[in-house]
Amino acid sequence: MQIDWFPLRLSLRVAAISTLISLVFGLWLAWLLTQRDFRGRNVLDAGVTLPFVLPPTVLGYYLLVLLGRNSPLGQMYEWLFGQPLVFTWQAAVVAAIVHSAPLLVLSARAAFESIDHTYERAARTLGASEWRVFRSVTLPLAWRPILAATAVAFARSLGDFGVTIMIAGNIPGRTQTVAVAIYDAVEAGNGALARTLVVIVSAVALLILSLANRTAGVYPKSRQAAG
Amino acid sequence: MISVRIRKRYPPARESAGFVLDVEFQSTAGITVLFGPSGSGKTLTLDSIAGFVRPDEGRILLEDSILFDGAAKIHLPPQARRCGYVFQNYALFPHMTIRENLAFAADRIPRLERHRRVNEMLERFRLTEFAGRRPHEVSGGQKQRCSIARALIVEPRVLLLDEPATGLDAPLRQELYSILRQVRQEFKIPILMVTHDLDECFALGDEMLILRMGKIVQSGSPARVVEQPVNADVAKLLGIYNLLPIEIRALDPGRNSSRYRYGDYELAGPYFPGRLLGDRVLLCVRPDQLHAVAPEDVRPMNAIPARLVRVEERHSSVRLEFSGNITVDMPREEFERQKHTKEWMIQFPISGVRVF
Repeated sequence: MQIDWFPLRLSLRVAAISTLISLVFGLWLAWLLTQRDFRGRNVLDAGVTLPFVLPPTVLGYYLLVLLGRNSPLGQMYEWLFGQPLVFTWQAAVVAAIVHSAPLLVLSARAAFESIDHTYERAARTLGASEWRVFRSVTLPLAWRPILAATAVAFARSLGDFGVTIMIAGNIPGRTQTVAVAIYDAVEAGNGALARTLVVIVSAVALLILSLANRTAGVYPKSRQAAG
Repeated sequence: MISVRIRKRYPPARESAGFVLDVEFQSTAGITVLFGPSGSGKTLTLDSIAGFVRPDEGRILLEDSILFDGAAKIHLPPQARRCGYVFQNYALFPHMTIRENLAFAADRIPRLERHRRVNEMLERFRLTEFAGRRPHEVSGGQKQRCSIARALIVEPRVLLLDEPATGLDAPLRQELYSILRQVRQEFKIPILMVTHDLDECFALGDEMLILRMGKIVQSGSPARVVEQPVNADVAKLLGIYNLLPIEIRALDPGRNSSRYRYGDYELAGPYFPGRLLGDRVLLCVRPDQLHAVAPEDVRPMNAIPARLVRVEERHSSVRLEFSGNITVDMPREEFERQKHTKEWMIQFPISGVRVF
């Protein structure tokens, strides 16, 4: 049997890029949400959680409207990169971000809130700027659960179907990710291909999750400082 | 020199009564202890000075700069205040070595100078040997020295310590005291220390502020405060007084004497200024001012009979608790000599006591 590896390669690439973007964005947003009250915090908080509860097709529809060729954002993208965003593999990255970013925001926020804030206070009294407190104290103390969440986000990005098919479509050799390819294979009666891809995706996911579990485990709290 | 006048209101909420912090004090170079029970606002005061808490109104002045001014809406961030803060659990960064902890604080010092300064502080606080270790790999005393060194490396204008001796055993406590005395001598800055340990106030305090329910109820040198608590509440907080209900029966300012009734007995005491015959007041007397005697040995003067309820051994003395909630401290040898006494008499001093 001749297996087309393109969907798998594309999915891994999409997952890697989207996870990276989600990580940066997620850390920033999580940090923002753990800061003191600001207006619109609750709305932002709810907005972050929304992708968890909305059906993927609904999300995909929103994105299609938001990023389509006639939308201001879509036109700006086209002007910047010389090509439309929708129905390209980059759109699949956007679709994956919709799934991984909320996960990272929530986990990073929980991680930031779980560490002993005395360390951050101490850093402030020593004259460290807020950015330096974040970079040198908060992040190093919270990195373990964040890394674990990143792994889960990566696995989650591998498997998106609904949003991807709405905005990236199902163009073999161009935008067909592994989840879409499996659907395609089943539709076309190609059971062998479907089975192979299913097994591979499952194995990759399992591997990543077991790694994530091993990484998780919060840095000991002030107990350690008290000794 | 630091000058603090702040007010902060916490409205009553579910499951918590309201709280108002309302303090005003100044302190100069030397150690000022903030003494009081938990929840009296000691740490809140430190946190307001450090900039973690924003008071509702008032003013905090440190040397010539305004850290906080409610009317002018000035509230400097902690970064800009240059207040050294030693936290209860030291708060040494667990992911950095001892040296890195100090270097983190020294970040603003120019690069060449920084290295020298870190080394100097490591040396001064006897940490050079452990500089490469992480906080969890060093002893409690080393952590403590490191946290003080880290706070001092930025040359703060005031040093704040939040119950630094909590959880330390006696030798470490003594070490901490000697470090702080050294700091007092070498850095001419005000040192504010929160504690609820009266011995600590005596060991270190040049000045003492007693806080109760968000207010400063008395201030002065520890010796003076203990000698002359301003009211029954302070006497209770100090926790070293017998407070016995009495009724004044006679007052003679000319002879500086009085007679008062305690239970069924009439006793002699000093003149109580500002009191009237028939006043029911609390007699404030330290356990070491009372003498428990065996009537068969000594003819008791100005004494009442009492039943011994409990004996608590201390390192140099014995604390005896008698019926009527009377506590008496007695040197150990003296107690050994007469511990088989059945009927005790307690002698009251005729001077050196106060009433509230």
